[in-house]
Amino acid sequence: MNLTLKIWRQKNANDKGKLVDYKINDVSPDMSFLEMLDVLNEDLINKGDDPVAFDHDCREGICGMCSLYINGEAHGPDRGVTTCQLHMRMFKDGDTIFIEPFRATAFPVIKDLVVDRSAFDRIQHAGGFISINTSGNTVDANTIPVNKHDADEAFEAATCIGCGACVASCKNSSAMLFVGAKVSQFALLPQGRIEATDRVLNMVKQMDEEGFGNCTNTGACEVECPKGISLENIARMNREYLAASLKG
Amino acid sequence: MSGIFNSSIGRKFAMALSAFFLMIFLLQHFAINILSVLSPDAFNSASHFMGTFWVIQYVFQPILIFGVIFHFVMGFILEIRNRNARQISYAKNNGSANSTWMSRNMIWSGLTILAFLVLHFIDFWIPEINTKYIQGDLTGLLPNGDFRYHEELVHKFENPLRVAAYCLAFIFLALHLLHGFSSAFQSVGANNKYTRGLRGFGKAYAIILPLGFIFIALYHHFNH
Repeated sequence: MNLTLKIWRQKNANDKGKLVDYKINDVSPDMSFLEMLDVLNEDLINKGDDPVAFDHDCREGICGMCSLYINGEAHGPDRGVTTCQLHMRMFKDGDTIFIEPFRATAFPVIKDLVVDRSAFDRIQHAGGFISINTSGNTVDANTIPVNKHDADEAFEAATCIGCGACVASCKNSSAMLFVGAKVSQFALLPQGRIEATDRVLNMVKQMDEEGFGNCTNTGACEVECPKGISLENIARMNREYLAASLKG
Repeated sequence: MSGIFNSSIGRKFAMALSAFFLMIFLLQHFAINILSVLSPDAFNSASHFMGTFWVIQYVFQPILIFGVIFHFVMGFILEIRNRNARQISYAKNNGSANSTWMSRNMIWSGLTILAFLVLHFIDFWIPEINTKYIQGDLTGLLPNGDFRYHEELVHKFENPLRVAAYCLAFIFLALHLLHGFSSAFQSVGANNKYTRGLRGFGKAYAIILPLGFIFIALYHHFNH
């Protein structure tokens, strides 16, 4: 396949940035999207140009590091995949592909397609954990009975890899699917209930301070989430938050 | 409890509460309006009761006006905050791939409804306030002794441009409700396995109620 790529190039956080056109030929439909970018970068390096900076790590859909807004969608046009799992067979010969960074005020661009998603880390630090003694006398988690339905829902929430596709897809740049998943994975389990009130209050407070928008329930996040995190997690977070606010 | 309404979830919650109130009000408004088709006498009686009973006039009417203003003002505040959350737009954004037009354009359907409300207030509310509280006529009667409410309603729907504006506004109301109904329930946390039936009910409400208002406007236009 021969393709035209319109890639966002931005030297650093302070640079204005612009879309730059690149032609790439003989792209195999079996390549992953990131492999296609690797080929482009090799070509750029051979020509003495600056390669395109983009995030990636595991390349098997579990680390949440790869991002990219491809042809108007987070992680591209496929469903339930990260960009590293997106294959070039999703495109046709002659296509023009827009490749942009995840856009949100809370996700500033560092360079080209790389954005700073440490706002998610700070939200996690605010409450996305359980305080448990791990110094050698930890009780086996299996000794605490957990309802199967709750365990399944907690597990589904915990599959969130924190990639930020929810924020990138949301017209309001809301992080509520991410925070909803992180609140839910603990709220559904007995180990997480002990700190549930403080957790949801602190995580939502941090989310608001980071400058994410307000959820207007468009559902775009749920559709674009590579792990299929459900909007029910946002509803659960809303319930948890309202109950915690009444208590607190 | 402190600070809840300064939080993103608190604002959503407040928006949803005002939406529930307005959706209940719409049902009540429709219930009285449909009487104008079924029984002009019943419509006149209901209108006179609504227009003169002090609880409705001095308690519920101010609450309604506050609810309407609150819903619009909070809608604008949320829209501004949300626009600030993404200061650089995408060069290419395929919103229709993952969300409905209605959900992405609540501000525009809302603004159309707001414009309609201005027209509606000029048509009905301001003349009503003028008659009752400035001219002091609380009788609700025409010079010939008949009730004036049905007569005034029919007269308003003689103008085809006004009827067209009303129909257009109700189409936008339907679009607003198609997302707004389920969105309000989601915002208060009511989205789980027990609430799935609400989505179907919400769609029915969002389509049937505005269609009913359109029917009333067209009925009076073509029958009088």
